[in-house]
Amino acid sequence: MIRQEPTTSRAPEGTAPLFEVRDLTVAFVGESGPVPAVRGLSYALSRGEVLGIVGESGSGKSASALAVMGLLPSSATVSGSVRLRGEELLGLSDRRLARIRGSRIAMVFQDPLSALTPVHRIGDQVAEAVRIHQGVSAAAAHDRAVELLDAVGIPNAAQRARAYPHEFSGGMRQRVMIAMAIANDPDVLIADEPTTALDVTVQAQVLALLETARRMTGAATVVITHDLAVVAGIADRIVVMYAGKAVESGPVVPVYADPRMPYTIGLLGSVPRLDRPGRPLTPIEGAPPDLARLPQGCPFVSRCPVNVPVCRTIEPALEPVARSDRRAACHRRGEIAFGRIGGAPVFPLPEIASAREESPRDGRPAVLEVRQLVKRHPITTGVVLRRRIGTITAVDGISFDIREGEALGLVGESGCGKTTTVMQLLELAAPEEGRVSMLGRDIASLSRDGRKHLRREVQVVFQDPFASLDPRLPVGDIIAEPLRAFGVSLDRRHGRVRDLLDLVGLSAEHANRYPADLSGGQRQRIGIARALALEPRLLVLDEPVSALDVSIQAGVLNLLEHLKVHLGLAYLFVGHDLSVVRHVADRVAVMYAGRLVEVGDADEVFGHPTHPYTQALLSAVPIPEPGTERQRTRILLDGDLPDPADLPSGCRFRSRCPLFARLPPERRRRCSDVDPPLEPRSTGDHQSACHWARDNPILPAGAGRSRTGRSDTD
Amino acid sequence: MGRFLLRRLVHHLVLVFVAVTLAYVLASLALDPRSRYEGRNPPAPPAVIDAQLSEYGVNDEDPLPERYVHWMGGVLRGDFGTTVTGGSINDELWSRALVSLRLLVIGSVLGAAVGVLVGVVSAVKQHSFIDRLFTAVSFFFIATPVFFTAVLLKFGALQVNEAAGETVLFYTGYETPGLEAGFWGTVTDQVAHLILPTLSIALGLTALVSRYQRNAMLDVLNSDFLRTAQAKGLTRRQALYRHGLRTALIPMAPLLAYSFGTLVVGATFTEKIFGWHGMGEWVVDSITRDDINVTATVALFTAVFVLFAALLSDVLHAVLDPRVRVTA
Ligand code: SF4
Ligand code: SF4
Repeated sequence: MIRQEPTTSRAPEGTAPLFEVRDLTVAFVGESGPVPAVRGLSYALSRGEVLGIVGESGSGKSASALAVMGLLPSSATVSGSVRLRGEELLGLSDRRLARIRGSRIAMVFQDPLSALTPVHRIGDQVAEAVRIHQGVSAAAAHDRAVELLDAVGIPNAAQRARAYPHEFSGGMRQRVMIAMAIANDPDVLIADEPTTALDVTVQAQVLALLETARRMTGAATVVITHDLAVVAGIADRIVVMYAGKAVESGPVVPVYADPRMPYTIGLLGSVPRLDRPGRPLTPIEGAPPDLARLPQGCPFVSRCPVNVPVCRTIEPALEPVARSDRRAACHRRGEIAFGRIGGAPVFPLPEIASAREESPRDGRPAVLEVRQLVKRHPITTGVVLRRRIGTITAVDGISFDIREGEALGLVGESGCGKTTTVMQLLELAAPEEGRVSMLGRDIASLSRDGRKHLRREVQVVFQDPFASLDPRLPVGDIIAEPLRAFGVSLDRRHGRVRDLLDLVGLSAEHANRYPADLSGGQRQRIGIARALALEPRLLVLDEPVSALDVSIQAGVLNLLEHLKVHLGLAYLFVGHDLSVVRHVADRVAVMYAGRLVEVGDADEVFGHPTHPYTQALLSAVPIPEPGTERQRTRILLDGDLPDPADLPSGCRFRSRCPLFARLPPERRRRCSDVDPPLEPRSTGDHQSACHWARDNPILPAGAGRSRTGRSDTD
Repeated sequence: MGRFLLRRLVHHLVLVFVAVTLAYVLASLALDPRSRYEGRNPPAPPAVIDAQLSEYGVNDEDPLPERYVHWMGGVLRGDFGTTVTGGSINDELWSRALVSLRLLVIGSVLGAAVGVLVGVVSAVKQHSFIDRLFTAVSFFFIATPVFFTAVLLKFGALQVNEAAGETVLFYTGYETPGLEAGFWGTVTDQVAHLILPTLSIALGLTALVSRYQRNAMLDVLNSDFLRTAQAKGLTRRQALYRHGLRTALIPMAPLLAYSFGTLVVGATFTEKIFGWHGMGEWVVDSITRDDINVTATVALFTAVFVLFAALLSDVLHAVLDPRVRVTA
């Protein structure tokens, strides 16, 4: 029985769609019988069309792509139908499928360095993709490989082709993947999380390149991602997956504007948005169901705020939403409109005391003061006798402070020095150069006791909630650990653990569980509870939500906001996701190549960025709204961070600065001769380090309020 | 790459020097050659004993650093000194070294090669009967000390010979003394002698290597780059040959360097049990004979052997893995 999917109507009448997936199911072998991963997925694509498949981890989105390519382990069972120009692909032998893979259907994978073979040269790996499918000589394939590398924007392609994958940056490796994918002009291009784990500037480059690749080859493209904002920018149509099923599908614009399935509504509400900083997030409570023990009825029922009795017994099918080519899998899809049901929002806005105590910044005491902090790493060589052959200055004279009750977001691309800064601060050791004072005390002058005392006041929450919790201890002991270290009595510890669990939104019974039994979001809450045990005044948050799914992330972000207001905590929040930082931070410091290039009030810096780097960063952040997203102009940065051992003279950003490229030669000279210091801009304590800084609102929200920076005279 | 290897060579040479020095000092402190002379009948006058010991360079009355410098100086000129009975070490050294090297080189090459093969097959056929069989057998040999394996092999050989009615597998010595059988006859004879001792040291190595190789191969089988290779249009088998195998061999290179040490220890037992007059047997005998110079010489030989093995594994590592060529 084949269900007709009206979403295929884009294809001209009478012709079969270019690429069609019907009722695809995938199951893996589990301990007790098969575990479904994909439970009936259908979509169809015509030439040049882009489909975004969105889902959180475990939703089956990646398994469905691998199933299409025949790349699942042989233990997985796949059924349904996958047709390319009418030809059935499921059930073909590996040999026949191999002939189609890479030539007619190509795939781009997520790149954590591992997707390219470490022992072969880049050029050879691309050339292989050519040779497998085109009967050309090795030399011709190599020439073609260099051409392809050049086409995807690898500088010095002929020479770089001789390099190995470890000599390439993440963004460059992803370009190589795309070069291999387009080597044979595929009909279908599948990109599985193509930009996950990349910096936002690199993500923008890769997305632009994917778009170019699509135009060059005219391929129908499937983009699989967890990031709603990425899909908003590039996809024509969207499929939202949950628990192995498509739960909503349709053209992107109406789906984003008026989602009909509560899960989609929840997802959209839980993503922090750069253009709507003040808006509270609506987290989806609970966790996705265990696919090995799927409940009867709607898989979303336990997390759905508007479920009705029938939801527990009958699983809703993906059915058309009133007279449109959209579909949703919800019994109440007819009643839901624009995120509301019967006039009330499906996900009510959580109560968050956002009434920040607006006492003026100057009146509040500084919790952390950093002045001209420098951190150098030696570069050494030799095995028996280590010799120092140079130094890398990872942090080069940065200054900032954090006042009580305030969150400072430290942002920048990976390698900019933000992690080094955090590590240096957490050591509570006197810096090589510069001065750090915490709670008014200079760290260099601290005695051992003083340092121990300070440790109570400064706590940290790390990125990976699993790695930072001892798996052998029950949660209660984990939280109580710092208390024990500081000699708090057993009785008081018990009471405190209960209070802390309550504070972070968990119940007392969680104290007896082990980290392995908890979800990612719960684990991160435990991490926060442990950090709060000693009632610190400053919390260092190192990418605290980047390992979490969006629906879970929202809850943790709300919790952080709540704690800040209620406990008067100060945060140093390090993050690569600018939307998240925008949501959390009161102040922002933007870091580039070991320096701060722009510091100030978050509204000022995000609303009126004056440094070209900040402007480029912000322009690269996608916004989960198709209309807005497509009208934005991106400032694409070339290349990667400069080698810290070989920085350009004058301004460090010069090698990538889009403004520099447009300056007349006499002004350029200033950039290459003089290292720009941080200078105050128009209002407040907003500072940036650029000779030619000018206000350039990047975000739609700030449009029309543009002002000119102070230093635009010369 | 040349510079990388040169650096490694210097590194290894320093280690050899440290190892030999330690061995010499330790042997000098622990062994007591004087007792051999004092116990003689008729007793020799102490002055004579002193003179004799000093001549051999092993008199405990002479300061240790002086003796060490003297011996080391000789070694650098190619003279390893005298045995405790006054014989020249050099005379015996080369024939013994050849005997041991034959065993060690063949044993290690065979052990490593078979180990890699078994590991790869186990990984590709994970959870199959053959995988489980290999697993069981290799755990047996990892857990079994070499001398036990050797005795077991000896026992097995006895059964084989009895069944065959003639001596097919020899278990004493490395050749039949005084055999006049022409070139091929000699080769056959030597091979028949080689089989058991070689097996006894190779089996342990094979077992160890195969375990590691299996894990390395499993990692590769689940790797993203293998999936990429298939996505380009290779079949699984092609992807495995062209992209998987070489990558899976990389972790073996350093492992081999480390396992040679254990191999040499194993060879010592093996030589003693099978009556091979090699370096291993020599060191055991000379310790019981309180012979400092021979003990230190064998330590030197062992260290140099391990040095070459380690260097070889460095070369192998650098050839296999472009990532180490620039670093280290
Ligand atoms: S079917 Fe019921 S439980 Fe499922 S999403 Fe719709 S209202 Fe919620
Ligand atoms: S100083 Fe010059 S190079 Fe540096 S950011 Fe400003 S314009 Fe660009």
